[in-house]
Amino acid sequence: MFHEPSIPTKIDSASKKKSRLGVLFFFIYFFFYGGFVTIGVINYELLAIETIGGLNLATLYGIGLIVFAVLLGILYNYFCSRYEDNMERGTVI
Amino acid sequence: MIYGISYTALFFFIVFVGLVLGLSFYFGRKTKSASSYYAAGGQIHWSVNGIAFAGDYLSAASFLGICGMIAVSGFDGFLYAIGFLGGWMVALFLVAEPFKRLGKYTFSDALNSTFKSRLVTLTASISTLIVSIFYLIPQMVGAGDLVTPLLGLPHWVGVLLVGIIVIVIVATAGMTSTTYVQFIKGGLLIILSTILTLYILKNGFTLNPEHKGQNYHEFMELSPVMADGKVERVNDWDLISQVEVKGKQFVNLEKDGISKWFDLVEINHAYVLKEVLSITENQKGMQLYNGEPKENGNFYQVGHLSKIIVNGKEVSKTGPVGPFEFLTIIKDSEIVRFQNIKFTDNDQNVSLFYQEEIAGKDFMLPGLKYKIGKGASLWSKMDFVSLMMALFLGTAALPHILIRYYTVKSPRDARKSTILAIAAIGAFYILTLFMGIGAAINGVLDVESSNMAAPLLARAFGVILFSVISAIAFATVLGTVSGLIVASSGAIAHDLLDGYFNKNLSDKKKVKAGKISAFVVGIFAIILGIAFKGMNVSFLVGWAFAIAASANLPAILFLLFWKKTTAKGIAWSIVMGIVSSLAIILASPTMWERYGLNPDDAFHQLENPAIISFPLAALTLFIISSLKRNSKDEIINQRLNNSIL
Repeated sequence: MFHEPSIPTKIDSASKKKSRLGVLFFFIYFFFYGGFVTIGVINYELLAIETIGGLNLATLYGIGLIVFAVLLGILYNYFCSRYEDNMERGTVI
Repeated sequence: MIYGISYTALFFFIVFVGLVLGLSFYFGRKTKSASSYYAAGGQIHWSVNGIAFAGDYLSAASFLGICGMIAVSGFDGFLYAIGFLGGWMVALFLVAEPFKRLGKYTFSDALNSTFKSRLVTLTASISTLIVSIFYLIPQMVGAGDLVTPLLGLPHWVGVLLVGIIVIVIVATAGMTSTTYVQFIKGGLLIILSTILTLYILKNGFTLNPEHKGQNYHEFMELSPVMADGKVERVNDWDLISQVEVKGKQFVNLEKDGISKWFDLVEINHAYVLKEVLSITENQKGMQLYNGEPKENGNFYQVGHLSKIIVNGKEVSKTGPVGPFEFLTIIKDSEIVRFQNIKFTDNDQNVSLFYQEEIAGKDFMLPGLKYKIGKGASLWSKMDFVSLMMALFLGTAALPHILIRYYTVKSPRDARKSTILAIAAIGAFYILTLFMGIGAAINGVLDVESSNMAAPLLARAFGVILFSVISAIAFATVLGTVSGLIVASSGAIAHDLLDGYFNKNLSDKKKVKAGKISAFVVGIFAIILGIAFKGMNVSFLVGWAFAIAASANLPAILFLLFWKKTTAKGIAWSIVMGIVSSLAIILASPTMWERYGLNPDDAFHQLENPAIISFPLAALTLFIISSLKRNSKDEIINQRLNNSIL
């Protein structure tokens, strides 16, 4: 059996930091995603309240979760790239 | 619905399919090794891979299914968009990079990178096959639905056509061509959806959704003479029968030899008969649409507004509106939906689609499909949580998404392509909200299949837009099915034959075995695509996500984050995830209906299994791994954790 990577990859000395950051960001997003589901099940009426621009909370929260995912992803990439660059230069941040 | 062939649509269809096949043959000549067949040689640029990711993910479920479900069930359809995108957070933050470091071609490679366990290989490859097949069903159903209005062909011909083209694509070139097809398709899909949304906003709201060359049917309303709550007679019509179904009264009338069904409703203490759409089937199997043969074309597209409120004032039309204004006006207005009810009358199977007025504020809240507010039960609330859980946890465990991490050069590229994909997919999902609502109010819905909402909406705005969007939607199906078949053939040829049965195939033979497997899986997908005709493709994809989340994700997460994980634990959790999720699906109300039984009599009322099957699989992994561990496991896990974290 050949279960090694399809192309060889360099040793990633920033992987521990990136992994910790990934877990943190995951829980941040999970908190908001879980919040949406919890409101739906426990206090459904709250989703109907009017918010910015006349949108109800359900629509604003739903679109907000999508936009938040993109922003969080960009932020995650920024920090990970910094970790990698600094590790490659031999500095610790 | 009856559709005629559109030659413009046919032209674009041939151009796109030709382009896809051309790409396949071009890259096919370059595909010599197993690495290039299964993982495109790991040489795809991250930006191409990112849009290809989006192309893979924006399958029939996203474009056809979500738009269709929003059009029919309002905000509940948008729940799929929220959940599908949320799932990428699990993929990006927890899985993308470590997985890239672990694997070679397949999901089983990554799971087994350290254990070298045949049991893990066997269970992971079976899981890949089952998830891929469940994901293939909605794609094939979507293909059949697309071909009907596009080329005027029956549903089964569409399924067969996709099956054959995809088998040719995959058997020719593998992952490289699949990637470029998905790249082109993903990009075009986002551009054209933006154009369609601009059309919707420019068109605004109107009570009379007529478009150039497409009239909207005016539904009749008759005043009956009543006696003791029963219809006694109706002017110019012969009374055939009156039936009570689920607390509603339906009346069958005949005029000039054509029988029509009406919904009896009481408005302001007066009875009114409202015309409904009907499909009747006699014992010989002959079907009539609104009392006439289908070919007469008197079965209409529907979906309209009954009231438009702008800033508290009632208007008959609005003119162009902005995106925020669009979402606010729909919330304040009233929409007419068409609900389906089935019963038998005079030895005929009757399927009616009756009008139901619904306030926009209810349409823009969850609850029309997944009841969590008024009238919710414990089952319906569990179903909602289960769906949101399956969508959130399923993405990172889909084999055809996981294998795309192997097509780029480095973990950094895997991460960057994932973020690009999230941005592209996120933008598209926001557009689905506008496209779905647009389809609900513009008189374009086909009551027999919600899947065609977005393409039919495009047709209302112009045949060229419809033709290009339909051709791309068809390419969407082709691309996704190709990716799924590559993942399935990898599971059979690379994991099962080479890994589990130790056939020690040469590189060339491994590719050949993959191509034969692709052929077999393709045939299987065609059969299932025909069998599941008429179901919403997003709903079907929800099942695939639930199985993937239950069977694969506990194994992936425990492997990456719990150092005591054992090979046996992984294997048994996969088995538990597959068995429990399949058992719940096969005993669900929807499947009961497919078996021809009463859905209310199903073993349970849960439509999505993740809320039970995911914790069960995770618990199994924890217990088995905790029970028995040997020194080999200890050493392996120490090495594994050192390499991942």
